[in-house]
Amino acid sequence: MNTVSSLLDAAWHERYRKISALNIRSSIYDVTNRCNLRCKGCFFFSSNEHEAAIEETDPAKWRAFVRQEKERGVNLAILIGGEPTLQFDRIEAFYQVMPTFCATNGQIKVPRDRFPDMMVGISLWGNEEDEKVLRGRDTFAVSSKHYEGDPNAYYLYTITPKQVGRMEPVIRKISDVGLKVHLQLLTNDEQVDGFFWTDEKLRDVRVEMDAMLDAYPRTVISSKYYHEIITTGKMLGRPFGWNECPSVTEQLDDRKPQPKRLIRFVRWASDLRTVHRCCTSATRNCATCKDGAAHMSWVMVNKRAHLKSTRDLQNWIEVYEMFAKLYRFIPW
Amino acid sequence: MSACVDQEALIRRIAEIIIFELKLENMTPEAFAPDLDLVDELGVDSMDMATVVLVLQDEYGVAIDEDDYPKLGSIRKIADYIRQNLENK
Repeated sequence: MNTVSSLLDAAWHERYRKISALNIRSSIYDVTNRCNLRCKGCFFFSSNEHEAAIEETDPAKWRAFVRQEKERGVNLAILIGGEPTLQFDRIEAFYQVMPTFCATNGQIKVPRDRFPDMMVGISLWGNEEDEKVLRGRDTFAVSSKHYEGDPNAYYLYTITPKQVGRMEPVIRKISDVGLKVHLQLLTNDEQVDGFFWTDEKLRDVRVEMDAMLDAYPRTVISSKYYHEIITTGKMLGRPFGWNECPSVTEQLDDRKPQPKRLIRFVRWASDLRTVHRCCTSATRNCATCKDGAAHMSWVMVNKRAHLKSTRDLQNWIEVYEMFAKLYRFIPW
Repeated sequence: MSACVDQEALIRRIAEIIIFELKLENMTPEAFAPDLDLVDELGVDSMDMATVVLVLQDEYGVAIDEDDYPKLGSIRKIADYIRQNLENK
């Protein structure tokens, strides 16, 4: 039977030890049901999750809830929405208690005097042209001014099928403002015409994502194995889907047999009582889901499955390191 | 379960449980080194450990808190933990 030390040299084994000690326990929180944009393809609105619960507005209840979450074992709060920056008091309730990541469209600046080292992920859906079609405006023009050079912020670049062959200028302009970028793929939840993935487009985008990583290694926070997983929907020959997804809310997870999953993971609605099925829309077809975090987590929870060969285990380490960087558990 | 549990038998039984529950291929209880680091060498994670712990709790009638998982880093450490719990009963 393979052991870690039989597969890795000393340097890789040290990298393995560092991330193995992290024991990340994340959950996701809808901070608010409101947003200052209405993007075509946003799962939160397209699946009516913004109407799933009435927001809790009492700051004291948010603070008490976060304390309970910490006691439940959560050590990474991933804040989504709606747009979290519409509710800084709620963000602060998390930030004061545990490592916190805030997803934002970047149109409202996170005040760094209040949240000096909170990791901020800024959504970007392509170039100016696609952003206007899908989001109604060029968000980069504003977000890049808010976060230029910020060491604790990066772009979450959602690549659409229309971006294939046109990614480099987007990566370059992110690099030019001194920020990092993580790559993910659009799941076309709202069936927006012209934004469907085909097998050919997925093959092409994988090649291009690899090329961007090679060309901008200090800017692009990614790994080629992650590119393979997210574009093929397969890991070690196994297809992604409901029976494999690691990011299902714990109390709603009645799958048998139970797959490897994120322990303690829950996605909470903004009333602090309602839970959603998973990290994304419950109306989404799991077989075609392209959620980047779910695919990363899928790799991460299947560590022992990657003890087949040195390359497999190195792939696993690279994906885990990528996740740990994106959520500020290890430095860039 | 008696507090005077035989250490060798305990180690062997824990090895059997881990091999069965984690579906370890090409591993036998005889070949399973008691001091092999389960995390650093076998890639055992906390979900794996929770699976094993459920069986151990049933079989030995001990409560194993999740906060104690870091103390269960090898078969010998698990055996020592169980013995100590049984002796304190």
